Amino acid sequence: MGYLTESLTTAIGLILSFDREVQLTIWTSLYTSSVAIVFAALLGIPAGVWLGISRFRGRRLMITLLNTLMALPTVVVGLVLFGLFSRQGPAGSLGLLFTPWAMIAGQTVLATPIVANYVLSTVSGSDPRILDTVLTLGAARFQACVQLLKELRFGVMAAVIAGFGRVIAEVGVAMMLGGNIRGSTRTMTTAIALETSKGEFAFGLSLGIVLLGVALLINLLLNLLQQR
Amino acid sequence: MNRFLLLALVVILLLSPISTVVAGEHLRLATTTSTENSGLLAELLPPFEQANACQVDVIAVGTGKAIKLGENGDVDIVLVHARSKEDAFVAKGYGVDRRDVMYNDFVLLGPASDPAGIKGMTDAAAAMAKVAQARATFVSRGDESGTHIREKQLWQASSVTPGGDWYLEAGRGMGEVLVMAGERQGYALSDRGTYLAFLDKTELQVAVEGDARLFNPYGVIMVNPQKHPHVKVELATKFLDYLTSDQAKTLINGYRRGGQQLFYVP
Repeated sequence: MGYLTESLTTAIGLILSFDREVQLTIWTSLYTSSVAIVFAALLGIPAGVWLGISRFRGRRLMITLLNTLMALPTVVVGLVLFGLFSRQGPAGSLGLLFTPWAMIAGQTVLATPIVANYVLSTVSGSDPRILDTVLTLGAARFQACVQLLKELRFGVMAAVIAGFGRVIAEVGVAMMLGGNIRGSTRTMTTAIALETSKGEFAFGLSLGIVLLGVALLINLLLNLLQQR
Repeated sequence: MNRFLLLALVVILLLSPISTVVAGEHLRLATTTSTENSGLLAELLPPFEQANACQVDVIAVGTGKAIKLGENGDVDIVLVHARSKEDAFVAKGYGVDRRDVMYNDFVLLGPASDPAGIKGMTDAAAAMAKVAQARATFVSRGDESGTHIREKQLWQASSVTPGGDWYLEAGRGMGEVLVMAGERQGYALSDRGTYLAFLDKTELQVAVEGDARLFNPYGVIMVNPQKHPHVKVELATKFLDYLTSDQAKTLINGYRRGGQQLFYVP
């Protein structure tokens, strides 16, 4: 019990003291996850809408594949991209390994199937008359899709939030592709892993509490946006 | 809504990784968890970073992986502790300019109850043979780290092929292995630095120490710029000079954790 209370007090202390290193890891977590979720949204939303409204042979198979991709283990994504970004790999000359961009790439791969799946199920579950009506009113196909997304904005927002939750909480990609470099690629989760390996369990857990606090703030913010 | 998203995108892109990539020159150092987790590097690196207006990016992994990163050219420098692997790394042309930096020693740790009865022995290999004979729990790093390589050499010297339900291959870092050995009341080989850092968190005690085979030297090697042209030779050379300088020697010899010295420079 002392362990939990110690973690809680340390967490509060960390937040109140504005510890620079903790701020930096929070910031790294936030911006890599944010950039990744923007990319994932740009890829995943159109993919989800397309799969949701079109009918073609092999569609069921594609949906099954997309569902499977949701189960992608983070270390597998990390391994594949590690091979790609390493100096020996095909994209090695870019020197991206162990930079925030490598983490963003990995997190985008993780989040895109989640966003696409959520959008797909929202679109599939929506009233089919929305699209028909808008099309009848003379909208072009693209305009119609935009209108559909506007109608379904709660579902789309849920998709983005779910994807964001996945990437800000994951540790495999950040550790393998970022390398947990202090001041550069150390995120909240890799910092927690590091503290655990140092045996600083209470400090690690307090970082976890801070991470949850940050997630709470973001969700409150998104909630506000949604209600407007 | 759309305008907000666009604005968010622009802000994020502006503030994001580019700034950290551009700011100052970065030197990539792959090293072992023992140097990073002991807190030594946090003491040792800042003076170098300030003097050269650069940043040393530390990637703390096991010795095996650190050397692999060097072979791939993903780092500029490796700081590791497995002489046989280091020599092979240089011999195969992946590294140049290997230098001795510091040393400490390994200790064989065990629970206070000492089920294998090895406490106080001075022959590490014989002690490990006794652990195997007693089928007492032994937690191995199992991750090709410098410590794991040394452990395998010791098993070889004791003519025991470890295996069975008493031999646990953790596949994790030194700290995790100490925790695991403590929880499972087992033996483990550890570098002294990590053990001292864990002193107040573990009930494990030193069972065997002082064997010449437990000597643990650390070496620093620059990744061969002829193999990997992007290696920052000038800055890397400066770093090697710094690590072997009197300034670094004073810092390393003066570094204490819980009142104990962790690393030594002769």
